[in-house]
Amino acid sequence: MSRLSSNRWLRLLGALAVAAILGFLLLPAIVAALAAFNGRAILSFPPETWSLRWFAKALAYEDFRAGFRNGLIVTAWASVLALVVGAAFAFVLDRYDFRFKRTLETVLLSPLVIAHFTVGLGFLILAAQLGVARGFAVVIACHVVLVLPFVVRSVYVSLRNLDRRFELAAASLGAPPARVLATITLPLLLPGLVSGWLFAAILSFNEFTASLFVTVQRTQTLPVAMYNYVREYADPSMAAISVIYIVATAALLTFATLFLGLGKVLDVEQAR
Amino acid sequence: MSKPANPGPADPAVAVRLDGITKRFGEVVALHDVSLDVRRGELMTLLGPSGCGKTTLLNLVAGFLAPDAGEIAIAGAHVTDLPTYRREIGMTFQNYALFPHMSVASNVGYGLRARRLDKTKIAKRVAAALDLVKLTGLEDRRPRQLSGGQQQRVALARALVVRPQVLLLDEPFSALDRNLRGAMQVELREIQRKLDVTTIFVTHDQSEALSLSDRIAVMADGRIRQLGRPDDVYRRPADRFVASFVGDVNVLRARLERRDGTTAIVALGNARVKVPGGPLDGAAAGASVDLFVRPEDLRIANNNGVTVAHGIVAAQVYQSGHVDLHVESSEFASTRILLRIPGQAAMTRWPIGTRVGLALATEEAVAFIP
Repeated sequence: MSRLSSNRWLRLLGALAVAAILGFLLLPAIVAALAAFNGRAILSFPPETWSLRWFAKALAYEDFRAGFRNGLIVTAWASVLALVVGAAFAFVLDRYDFRFKRTLETVLLSPLVIAHFTVGLGFLILAAQLGVARGFAVVIACHVVLVLPFVVRSVYVSLRNLDRRFELAAASLGAPPARVLATITLPLLLPGLVSGWLFAAILSFNEFTASLFVTVQRTQTLPVAMYNYVREYADPSMAAISVIYIVATAALLTFATLFLGLGKVLDVEQAR
Repeated sequence: MSKPANPGPADPAVAVRLDGITKRFGEVVALHDVSLDVRRGELMTLLGPSGCGKTTLLNLVAGFLAPDAGEIAIAGAHVTDLPTYRREIGMTFQNYALFPHMSVASNVGYGLRARRLDKTKIAKRVAAALDLVKLTGLEDRRPRQLSGGQQQRVALARALVVRPQVLLLDEPFSALDRNLRGAMQVELREIQRKLDVTTIFVTHDQSEALSLSDRIAVMADGRIRQLGRPDDVYRRPADRFVASFVGDVNVLRARLERRDGTTAIVALGNARVKVPGGPLDGAAAGASVDLFVRPEDLRIANNNGVTVAHGIVAAQVYQSGHVDLHVESSEFASTRILLRIPGQAAMTRWPIGTRVGLALATEEAVAFIP
């Protein structure tokens, strides 16, 4: 009897602990979200009066609109380039043995341990030295470097888990290497490719520190635009933008799961 | 290449020729100068313990590996330097390697699409192949929705539908449970005969090899130790390794009595046994030799006939069609002697603890120098 009740207490405590941790994780987002609905022009929590006017202001603010557009441009290019380059490197690491393999791996993953502002500063100096105008190309190149490790890791792990016998079977059935790649390897790697790309896209869209160095007014991405805004104003537009961010990302992931077959793609992984 | 190969279109009876194949993995020599002809339409089994080189040999025929020396020919054409996809083979894998993202029909049709056949032809041949392996109606299933036996059939259909010059089977039954395994073996053999497709079959299971093969190549340490029909390999093993690896066997201490040309007479107690002389080359009359006797070649002695040893029944194992008796006897063997008695009467006739006399039920066996 006492054992039973002590078990129940432990279970209750466990549930409380989990709830507390989840609450702690979500707390900043909840605070920021609620602050967005403040009727007054100050960032405070909890809001005293309620209003949607900061959403209207944020959406109408030209710097935010431009930042959003620029962010999409940079993210689209950077994530796709990183996917292609990263997947190619992952293939090389998985399939070939050569002398400086460890070195190559370390270099590819190094942006994980090098501070983003260092990378940004490096690109800034390099662009100045080479006389390259600080256009989108520099921002995109910088983002490719920053997100590359995530793509390489993701695709590399998928490749490791890929049973080589699928490819051997396809070859035995008369498929030349290019056909094996297109019909067997890439489809089976799809979960790794998609998650690698998704990682790259989200990181690139949110990247701030390096972007601050390499963007100019014309190319500034949304996080940079938000930083510039908050330096001058302290109204809840910032919080409104945060809510839009969260909702947009959640919507994107839901869409990917429901309509792009992300679930089906992951199911293939389970089947093995 | 050390030896120029001569597979020759001259010999249309040979489907696959391996000539002087050597393969190394770093320091380890996986295959030593192996040569083997597989005849058209036959089922050739590569049998041996793990690490004997049988899978390496299969992978060389498939083109997944390249030999360090030697030549491979399929249907009279040199393929040593040809990539896998141009070798016109069909292969099944231990885990079947069915493409998980394709339906059964797409899996089976894969090789035909790679050959760029037109759609109606592909559909026709896929349907025929699925009919052959009795899977009609499961075209749209995914591999993971199939049982092990069904997956095996899909793998077989996928390999056969391309009409390969040679069918390569890598331990095809190892993942199936016992009952299913037996049924699939019979079915595979029927299909193989019906299509008359040359087949190379890799297994470590000697009973599977004995029951399925036209010929068996018994391998150990990267060499073929014996090549022959199942009864050759079982009845006239070429060396100690083959004798012990293929089937159960008792090793009994005996004495070489005399040699008559190619045969020799070995004395086991009062009994005389005729054995091939070759393996005993170099042994003088009176020398002690190891006589290899199959369990079904021993019987419990009755009054007529020569009793070669005495012992006590230590264990009985009921095996549906026969009974295995383990007899403790110190006269000729250091371990227990195994007898295989047909029927089931042995269970009650010689219970555990009975003292019995052993006699030979055959006049022929094999012997090797210890």
